[in-house]
Amino acid sequence: MDLTVGPNFFFWPAEAVRGFYSMLADAPVSRVVLGELVCSKRLPFWQGEIPGAVETLLAAGKTVAITSLALITLKRERKLTAELADLGLPIEINDLSALAQVPDGQPFWVGPLVNVYNEGTLRWLIRRGARRVCLPPELTLDAIAVLARLGREEGVPIEVWGHGRLPLAISGRCYHARLHDRTKDSCQFVCGEDADGRDVETLDGQAFLAVNGVQTLSQSTASMAYKIETLAEAGVDSLRLSPQSSGFARICAAYAERQSGKIDGSALADILRPLAPGQRLSDGFPAGPAGAHWSGGRA
Amino acid sequence: MMELVCPAGTPAALRAAVEAGAHAVYCGFADETNARNFPGLNFSPEELAEAVGFAHARGAKVLVAINTFPRAGAEPLWHRALANAEAAAVDAVILADIGLLAHAAERHPALRRHLSVQAAAANPDAINLYASAFGVRRVVLPRILTVDEIAAINREIDVETEVFVFGGLCVMAEGRCSLSSYATGQSPNMNGVCSPASHVVYAEEGGDLAARLGGFTIHRTPKSAPAPYPTLCKGCFTSADQTGHIFEDPVSLDATHLIPQLAKAGVSALKIEGRQRSRAYVSQVVRAFRAAVEAQAAGLPLPESALARLTEGQAATAGAYAKTWR
Repeated sequence: MDLTVGPNFFFWPAEAVRGFYSMLADAPVSRVVLGELVCSKRLPFWQGEIPGAVETLLAAGKTVAITSLALITLKRERKLTAELADLGLPIEINDLSALAQVPDGQPFWVGPLVNVYNEGTLRWLIRRGARRVCLPPELTLDAIAVLARLGREEGVPIEVWGHGRLPLAISGRCYHARLHDRTKDSCQFVCGEDADGRDVETLDGQAFLAVNGVQTLSQSTASMAYKIETLAEAGVDSLRLSPQSSGFARICAAYAERQSGKIDGSALADILRPLAPGQRLSDGFPAGPAGAHWSGGRA
Repeated sequence: MMELVCPAGTPAALRAAVEAGAHAVYCGFADETNARNFPGLNFSPEELAEAVGFAHARGAKVLVAINTFPRAGAEPLWHRALANAEAAAVDAVILADIGLLAHAAERHPALRRHLSVQAAAANPDAINLYASAFGVRRVVLPRILTVDEIAAINREIDVETEVFVFGGLCVMAEGRCSLSSYATGQSPNMNGVCSPASHVVYAEEGGDLAARLGGFTIHRTPKSAPAPYPTLCKGCFTSADQTGHIFEDPVSLDATHLIPQLAKAGVSALKIEGRQRSRAYVSQVVRAFRAAVEAQAAGLPLPESALARLTEGQAATAGAYAKTWR
């Protein structure tokens, strides 16, 4: 099993983006998916960083793919999606409509925001040219095992959500703007103020969610720290690590140490917890009973 | 005339909807294959066949929602639902999952296919993809689009569009939301339920009624005030120094007044949410909307009085259609 770094969900300054991808060049990860996933309005502010980041990562021997947006509605966004095909990189589709822009026969990857819940869907996507599939984070271990087995049979690597705040929902409405009494069209890019999303608590002060523009995330950082062996046995090929604003080099290194057997689940969790925004971990989607739950290593 | 598509959670509600003037009713089987998998709701294959006979005899269509995402390793349950729907001579099935659409197109080619709102097809590329790959004939549009966007979509597609005009309101892209399973382990996509009652606990605390979902407090209301059901995305939360309905107020959708604009935007069918609603509610809403679409088709003003009553005492919004979200 190896490591894949997914696209950054957040709106970071261009120089932070540059620093992040030059750091990843030296990290023990096999591949990197980059590009704007959440909001097309942010892209002009940092897209100048993409060619340099791609070049740096390729030079370091990483495989690189470019993501589509998670929700494509505007004409401008459809055009943007069509242009991704010209970059010469594999496209990771995170909205099914991006598939319409992938020329027939051109291989593509499927990201965690496409609903791949069963064998029929996985088979259809593979027949259509999918060469890598990261499953939705919501899946149970049983479902992951069935799909990983099919992936093996079909020769298509299967990835699962390994680390990061969970992408729980996407909307046409911007919640960051709403919190600032603004509309989406006049947001003034307030999502840039929260490098890992803006925390949302319940009225009883329970850590719950985080908003990131039009996206809603879990406040907990999901981690497969204790599930690595189970996932490996199930035939999962790669763990997806989702970018966060601090400590990410250490996080990548720690997962690599865990995969190679140098540290155990509990040691990895001890490294991750203080680095996670909000210092909370979860693994309840695959392990049950609910996404927010943390097994703490208990079966 | 725009087709009026009405909810039927039970055979009795189906008969009520047809008698109140529904052009089509939609329903589901009593299992996890449909997105309103609530206790006491939905149809057995035998009840469905009987309901289809009743509806067809009165000129109404029956559409069957098989719109959850089949569980890996358990696809035969969903495949059987398709076969049962076809055997019952339904007019169309409403599907969301790619694998199930592919199966239906291959094994049940004569069974008309509609794309569920749970597929969240929000642009012409997605819709045309579903049309060409799976022969989808109608698309139920997500509730995140404006009327202008709906009109633009209709200019670029060849299939019919259906939009929600009344009832519950999802503020997230439907079929792409795991908020409910994050709190409870049960989601619309996997289990056909959102914020399930089985995971709701109410507690009286210091004069307040706290409503919790999977242990997370969704709202607190003074004991004297009416407490809305704790649907996760309509909850009251805190972020930094702000407390309120961060995602959406506890409102329901009412796009009645947009019926003429939706007609102009090329919409073929209007959908009313609420398979979990009572027969009396369904009957009343369907009657009002039938009058409204009749008036619209005849070029007459909408009968305001009939419609105003429906949301009385309950907050309503035109949602994204009216563009205030932007």
